[in-house]
Amino acid sequence: MAEVLVLVETAPDGSGVRKTTLEALTAARALGEPSAVVLGAPGTAAPVKDVLAEYGAAKVLVGESDDIDAYLVAPKAEVLAQLVADRSPAAVVIPSTPEGKEIAGRLAIKTGSGFLTDVTEIAADGTATQVAFAGATIVHAKVTTGTPIYTLRGNSVAPEASAAAGEEETIAVSVSDAAKQTRVVDRVVEQKSDRPDLTEAAIVVSGGRGVASAENFSIIEGLADSLGAAVGASRAAVDSGFYPHSFQVGQTGKTVSPQLYIAVGISGAIQHRAGMQTSKSIVAVNKDPEAPIFELADFGVVGDLNTVVPAATEQITARK
Amino acid sequence: MNIVVLVKQVPDSGTERQLDSSDNTVARASADNVINEMDEYAIEEALTVKESQGGEVTVLTVGPDGATDAIRKALSMGADKAVHVSDTAIHGSCAVQTSAVIAAALSQLEYDLVICGAESTDGRVSVMPALLSERLGIPHLSGARKLTVEGSTLKVERQTDGGFWALEAQTPAIVSTWDTINEPRYPSFKGIMAAKKKPVETKSLADLGVDAGSVGLATATSQVLDFAGRPPKGEGVKVTDEGDGAEKLVGYLAEQKLV
Ligand SMILES: Cc1cc2nc3c(=O)[nH]c(=O)nc-3n(C[C@H](O)[C@H](O)[C@H](O)COP(=O)(O)OP(=O)(O)OC[C@H]3O[C@@H](n4cnc5c(N)ncnc54)[C@H](O)[C@@H]3O)c2cc1C
Ligand SMILES: Cc1cc2nc3c(=O)[nH]c(=O)nc-3n(C[C@H](O)[C@H](O)[C@H](O)COP(=O)(O)OP(=O)(O)OC[C@H]3O[C@@H](n4cnc5c(N)ncnc54)[C@H](O)[C@@H]3O)c2cc1C
Repeated sequence: MAEVLVLVETAPDGSGVRKTTLEALTAARALGEPSAVVLGAPGTAAPVKDVLAEYGAAKVLVGESDDIDAYLVAPKAEVLAQLVADRSPAAVVIPSTPEGKEIAGRLAIKTGSGFLTDVTEIAADGTATQVAFAGATIVHAKVTTGTPIYTLRGNSVAPEASAAAGEEETIAVSVSDAAKQTRVVDRVVEQKSDRPDLTEAAIVVSGGRGVASAENFSIIEGLADSLGAAVGASRAAVDSGFYPHSFQVGQTGKTVSPQLYIAVGISGAIQHRAGMQTSKSIVAVNKDPEAPIFELADFGVVGDLNTVVPAATEQITARK
Repeated sequence: MNIVVLVKQVPDSGTERQLDSSDNTVARASADNVINEMDEYAIEEALTVKESQGGEVTVLTVGPDGATDAIRKALSMGADKAVHVSDTAIHGSCAVQTSAVIAAALSQLEYDLVICGAESTDGRVSVMPALLSERLGIPHLSGARKLTVEGSTLKVERQTDGGFWALEAQTPAIVSTWDTINEPRYPSFKGIMAAKKKPVETKSLADLGVDAGSVGLATATSQVLDFAGRPPKGEGVKVTDEGDGAEKLVGYLAEQKLV
């Protein structure tokens, strides 16, 4: 069976893999037999090997070097390009994060291949589905040159376990000077949240300008916590200083695709839709019956969020 | 410090956008075309760097003849001159091909710094700067929410989930900017008038020494097979809160087995 390289995205604390990796392994199985590629500082692979095998990695290719962590993106692309040259895989699948896309692009140039970004599905014949124009258009596309490279949008494929051998192979890593041009001097964490990660959460509750203040965002957090959900925000809420930028959903924020998206006090501007339109169920609370968000809501409540949302939180908590 | 800003003209993201069913490319002719909003932040950053470091800001656009509107906007904000690569052979190019054209155009310019948006609002591929970095062999400092220039050293805060990475590289380099980096200025009346007199050089593929057969739909590295409007969602339910809004909402969630 043809080999498909899957680039592993590990959790920031190194304790495991991000859900995107399991999704990529699952999607890759349509094309062949996945080999998970773990690239990072020494010690990166040990904590993640088992889960990779559990999700279908026939092989786990481990390239560990301090240079991979010390320089931005380029070393990973270089190692992957070497693997593509050595092993002629049927395809490469990479989680569609900003870093993943940069790696995909560099890999495409290095290997003379085409790439498709932000795909939501990959069929056995290599045809991929992309969602264009803020979710309004569904596109089918195919790579016609070289080794197809895909970046897979988070939360589009449900991860399915499928035990495989997970046979470990060490890759010799030597990073060229050309790949050592951008140094990562520091990695700074500014906000830590105990809530689920926005892009991985099954439920997202987002607040907009209608929430009216930073203090009042506790209403959004309250509903989110009653549902075990992540909190998101519109750009207007972020720009008004109600909530930090890293929680912004939309074109220039995060793209989310949860089971349930609850938009509270958000009008539904096209740039906001770009980040949430593929959510399975959409619920909106807005006092303006004409708000465009209602056009895509499966369930809408026309009302004041200050009364509707706390009452809903209370009832959800009472059901537990 | 000489800076080139990459600017793309795109269909207005606030309007209905479409692909053209004749060849599955973006319907640009019928669209309300504007400067890629994300590139306004790149222009603003270039002007800010110029104000502290001196030098010239050149706008570079690859796009059809109509893309002059985006160029004028950039010039009216304060950029000094522009290069517009326009050639019908480029129509339908994939990102890989487009990057070859932009790289060729950059090679004919003198620059210490290239600044571009982190993504366009039409393709949203968000890899152009990485492709150019790879082709030109210059460092890429990506996703900047802050840029500091200290001589030939560039320092960038790369926006990440819940924080940032501090990046460092030497010029010449390419920096891609997020919309968190600054607040783009509005063109002044004076700026708009001055823009009309600023030089815009138009170049063809032949001027760049790029083979017309290496770009365009026929040799694109990826191909759109078909497209369709997203199937309309079933008509949603909308209730007006009369003291029972929360109850109905929770009822819906229960029905969907979401609580
Ligand atoms: C819906 C859709 C999906 C697509 N998917 C793919 C795909 O998966 N793979 C693929 O290879 N191509 C794809 N394309 C084609 C690709 O978008 C174009 O080739 C485009 O010219 C380059 O990519 P971008 O605009 O998405 O760039 P991005 O990387 O998103 O843009 C980043 C920045 O690069 C600069 N820039 C980009 N293009 C230009 C330009 N022409 N002139 C000057 N500066 C520019 C701007 O500063 C911009 O902010 C897609 C196009 C569409 C419409
Ligand atoms: C380049 C660019 C990129 C962008 N990227 C993004 C992005 O990533 N994400 C994003 O979200 N936006 C983005 N935007 C901005 C977008 O265009 C909108 O301005 C923004 O989404 C509006 O946020 P909002 O819905 O919270 O605010 P508004 O449009 O002001 O809507 C507030 C809503 O709250 C309702 N409301 C007010 N009070 C109450 C109450 N008490 N109870 C119930 N409802 C109430 C109002 O009826 C209204 O519908 C971008 C714009 C540009 C130009």
